[in-house]
Amino acid sequence: MKTVPILVVALVPASLALAIAFGSVDLGPERLADAIIGHGDEIAREIVWGVRAPRALAAFACGGLLALAGALLQVLLRNPLADPTILGVSGGAAAGALAAILLGIGAAGVNLAALAGASVAAGAVLAFSLGRSGWNPYRVLLAGVALASGFGALVGMMLSLAPSSQVQGMLFWLLGDLSPAGDPTAALAVLAACAAIAFSQSAALDVLILGEDKARSLGVAVTRLQSIAFGCATLATVAAVLLGGSIGFVGLVVPHLLRLSGVHRHAALLPLAACLGGSLLALADTLARTLVAPAELPVGVLTAMIGVPVLLALLARLR
Amino acid sequence: MLQATGLELSAGGRELIGALDLALAPGQFWSLLGRNGSGKTSLILALAGLRSPRAGTIALGGLPLAAHRRGELARRIAVLLQDEQTDFSGSVLDYVMLGRYPHSRSAWSRDEEGAAAARRWLAELDLAERAAQDYRTLSGGERQRARIAQALLQDAEILLLDEPLQHLDLRHQAQAMRTFSRCASGGKTVLAALHEPGHAARHCGFAVLLYDAGRASLGRSSEMLTQANLEALYQCPLEAAGTRSFLPS
Repeated sequence: MKTVPILVVALVPASLALAIAFGSVDLGPERLADAIIGHGDEIAREIVWGVRAPRALAAFACGGLLALAGALLQVLLRNPLADPTILGVSGGAAAGALAAILLGIGAAGVNLAALAGASVAAGAVLAFSLGRSGWNPYRVLLAGVALASGFGALVGMMLSLAPSSQVQGMLFWLLGDLSPAGDPTAALAVLAACAAIAFSQSAALDVLILGEDKARSLGVAVTRLQSIAFGCATLATVAAVLLGGSIGFVGLVVPHLLRLSGVHRHAALLPLAACLGGSLLALADTLARTLVAPAELPVGVLTAMIGVPVLLALLARLR
Repeated sequence: MLQATGLELSAGGRELIGALDLALAPGQFWSLLGRNGSGKTSLILALAGLRSPRAGTIALGGLPLAAHRRGELARRIAVLLQDEQTDFSGSVLDYVMLGRYPHSRSAWSRDEEGAAAARRWLAELDLAERAAQDYRTLSGGERQRARIAQALLQDAEILLLDEPLQHLDLRHQAQAMRTFSRCASGGKTVLAALHEPGHAARHCGFAVLLYDAGRASLGRSSEMLTQANLEALYQCPLEAAGTRSFLPS
């Protein structure tokens, strides 16, 4: 029981170290060691600190945000299948980004359009779900699923209209890809803020599992708690999607991995989900960069290829 | 003192309770009897401040429920709900410990005092050996006892119990009723929705009878739980069971 948190926390530096050590160029152990401590040739230092380190941190931030959002949504919606895509945010962001690519707007424009699409989707889901008597989890699910398939249709339409030269770039957006991630500072800040806010609500989230009435009778301000947690999950998802596109399975699988390993209290589950999601995505992204080097796989393809068997294996063990 | 005045409750367009005046004082153990759908659960939810009544007021210590803060209400009123669909997947002890939420919210320090109290309630309800077990592996009756322990751990002055004896075997029905009875003798107020007038007659000093069409009557059990009243309440003929029926002593 106590070993799981220790392993998960130890995985954070280990995964980041691996992500820095491996890439499309093999530096060899000596050049790598020199570059890490700031010695040696400039090219090696630039590869390690200018390229791999920010990319590893971006992957960590993205995975941590997705896993945190997934853990929050699973308790809020009382649905084990909930994951960040359920808010329609990924679909909205993808539709916005593809529209911008189709119109030939530059990278900054694509990000802005993705942010706009994500905000429209999140705003619509939340507006449909907040009634006079508070949040309605079923309406969140229904509105999210409806919007996601609507955006899916839009994306399909744009893919079929796009000239073939643009389709490759679009596909990477849809499959989840960290190569255009850039500076991870903002995403890491969002991750830290979301994790801190979610952690502050962890005892109330434990009680919310008993149902809304019981939670109210135990003194939880249920509507306020749901607003905070939904807001947190939405912000985390938007930040993750802007960084890496639609990366699947991290948000769904990571919280379940921890629960199945005996981590139940949200005070432990939420921070550990952020750590494990971040580490796993940093490792998956390392594989994505190295497996077919010098080419790159979209990391979303890898997370799905790893996530599906892992989840099925867990389900089989549970039977 | 929890006091309802001119209380009217309805559900699905049906009038359940019309103009009920009810005062639950410290030390009293009330039974709440009525046919299925007579409004027992609606009354408990309203008294707990979880549903707004159609009309009337409910006051705790002279102040309307809405004037109290949620956290303070949670320290003064504990509710055992009838249904619970929970995905809770930790240990039985962790489950019961959720009842401490109104008293201890620190995520950092261990609540040793609460854990000791939780173990005492688990022992009292024959669940001491189940403390470390996964809550989901309990039987229906064991879960019900864990839920009772959770409500008792809340340590509120008023206990509102919706069918606390559901799923319990005879031994544990008697055990639970004795526990509630001791809570009442210790100065707490207890109201329990029950389906067995025998338990009500033995343990509860007072009774609320909810008839159809919003009618209710209440008073001392000795005066309320007569054969005529119960036949009218349940709309079925009753007979003295004599030696062919048993209640735990």
